[in-house]
Amino acid sequence: MTTTTPEEENGVKRRDFLYIAAGGLGAVGTAAAIWPFISQMNPSADVLALSTTEVDLEGIEIGSEVTAVWQGKPVFVRHRTEEDIERAEDVDLADLPDPEPDSDRVIKPEWLIMVGICTHLGCVPLKGQGDYGGWFCPCHGSHYDTSGRIRKGPAPLNLVIPPYEFLNDNNIKIG
Amino acid sequence: MSFEPKNPAVKWLEDRLPITGMLHHALYEYPTPKNLSYWWTFGSLAGVMLVVQIVTGIVLAMHYTPHVDMAFTSVEHIMRDVNYGWLLRYMHANGASMFFIVVYLHIFRGLYYGSYKAPRELLWWLGLVIFLLMMATAFMGYVLPWGQMSFWGATVITNLFGAIPVVGDSIVTWLWGGFAVDNPTLNRFFSLHYLLPFVIVGIVILHIWALHTNGSNNPTGVELKDKQDSIPFHPYYTVKDLYGLAIFLIFFSAFLFYAPNYMGHPDNYIPANPLVTPAHIVPEWYFLPFYAILRAVPDKLGGVLLMFGAIAVLFALPWLDKSRIRSARFRPIYKQLFWVFVADCVLLTYIGGKPAEGAFIIWGRIATIYYFVHILILLPLVGLFEKPKPLPASISEDVLSKKPASEEAANA
Repeated sequence: MTTTTPEEENGVKRRDFLYIAAGGLGAVGTAAAIWPFISQMNPSADVLALSTTEVDLEGIEIGSEVTAVWQGKPVFVRHRTEEDIERAEDVDLADLPDPEPDSDRVIKPEWLIMVGICTHLGCVPLKGQGDYGGWFCPCHGSHYDTSGRIRKGPAPLNLVIPPYEFLNDNNIKIG
Repeated sequence: MSFEPKNPAVKWLEDRLPITGMLHHALYEYPTPKNLSYWWTFGSLAGVMLVVQIVTGIVLAMHYTPHVDMAFTSVEHIMRDVNYGWLLRYMHANGASMFFIVVYLHIFRGLYYGSYKAPRELLWWLGLVIFLLMMATAFMGYVLPWGQMSFWGATVITNLFGAIPVVGDSIVTWLWGGFAVDNPTLNRFFSLHYLLPFVIVGIVILHIWALHTNGSNNPTGVELKDKQDSIPFHPYYTVKDLYGLAIFLIFFSAFLFYAPNYMGHPDNYIPANPLVTPAHIVPEWYFLPFYAILRAVPDKLGGVLLMFGAIAVLFALPWLDKSRIRSARFRPIYKQLFWVFVADCVLLTYIGGKPAEGAFIIWGRIATIYYFVHILILLPLVGLFEKPKPLPASISEDVLSKKPASEEAANA
């Protein structure tokens, strides 16, 4: 554009540009002003800081389970029996709603460590109940097997495996 | 009848801010159909319950502590130590149920008499918005005592948003302010539980404004035609509403004084424990039909969508119902379908309170399907094929024509 006059070609006026520019800047400014009010609802620094939990495995006998707390959530630490492991491995993956081999869900087969929150609507499943010898969620009837995989019921996914590592043979760090 | 104040102070005010005239117009001279039955009382009862909830809520907030370590004990402190604390808390807790009772009756009144039809679609929408806000407020209020039902109700309901593809988990974390329901969740729920009732007040004002723009519907569904059809709101309906209120307060008091925990759950007198879910968790009774729909679908996202859809379809009702006749009195087929629909909603409420197993699952599915079939299929079809009874020429004609007592009872 070399010359501009108040009446441009195609009916576009300089005033139109000013309206759009002012409106656009106003929208960006409003969004920037709203952001802190949205963001303040996300986890605060102190909540994020409580991100790891250590668990001492000594004293958890074969076949028993303890519940640790990680980020405010229950974490099941299960010392599986040989039978538990066999049942978990001896499954046709094609039968599973969320196919995952047992070997992908453990670091050491005798220790199954997973977040004890039903993937349906967040209840805590009960151990040793249900049709597959694993866990059963009383809220809406989801059955999990000895690897914590969903087998029956409304939950869409297997129980979540949290990030964890073995510090030594008897200690793990979750998170 | 225009408003001309005699009192000089009122006149001075009226010349600067015509608020007295507005109230006079709305609560005194408002021309109301002369044939309104007691089914029209529930709107004003809902207004009374909103005031009761706000007043009791404000004073409860003076004694309540929104912190996970102190919330439960502060509620017990209200129950045992605060002067009349037991009364105020039971009024507030039972008041929520009473509010839902009158609002459900108010909604079913609207369904029976076609109050959602043109030109009252916006009035109907505003009512549904109030209903949604009430549900959000009631849910967050139930979390505040921080008992087991509070905690697990909050967990299950907030997890519904986790069903949203891709962003679901981020939304749930954002709602919680952490990685589980915890102190940040309780704090924000308290803040919003205090805020939303005042938002409801705002929408109620719009609801009444929209109502007064086209006037009240009535049992015939025939619009006001001339002065013979209406009477001024005061004293006729102020007195009728006050009488209805007196009867209703007896009902309210019966629960308040003789069965204050009847509609609650014993598990909520156990302090919240994030590591143990109660064996049988159910929401408050007024959420049960929607809970039954949620559980009827063996898929997480599907269940959540259908549950929200159950309310969303109500917004489309003015266009789904093809019949131009408003009142079910003149719609022989719709009248029967209406009662089947009521029975279906009662069945859903019953199923929602039962464990999701065996025959309850099957019945829950049948009742859920029928809920949607009624609204999405039967309502449009019946409007097209039904032959309505002849309408009266006016409200006056209907009132003056002597009806046999049996028909009167059937229409009550």
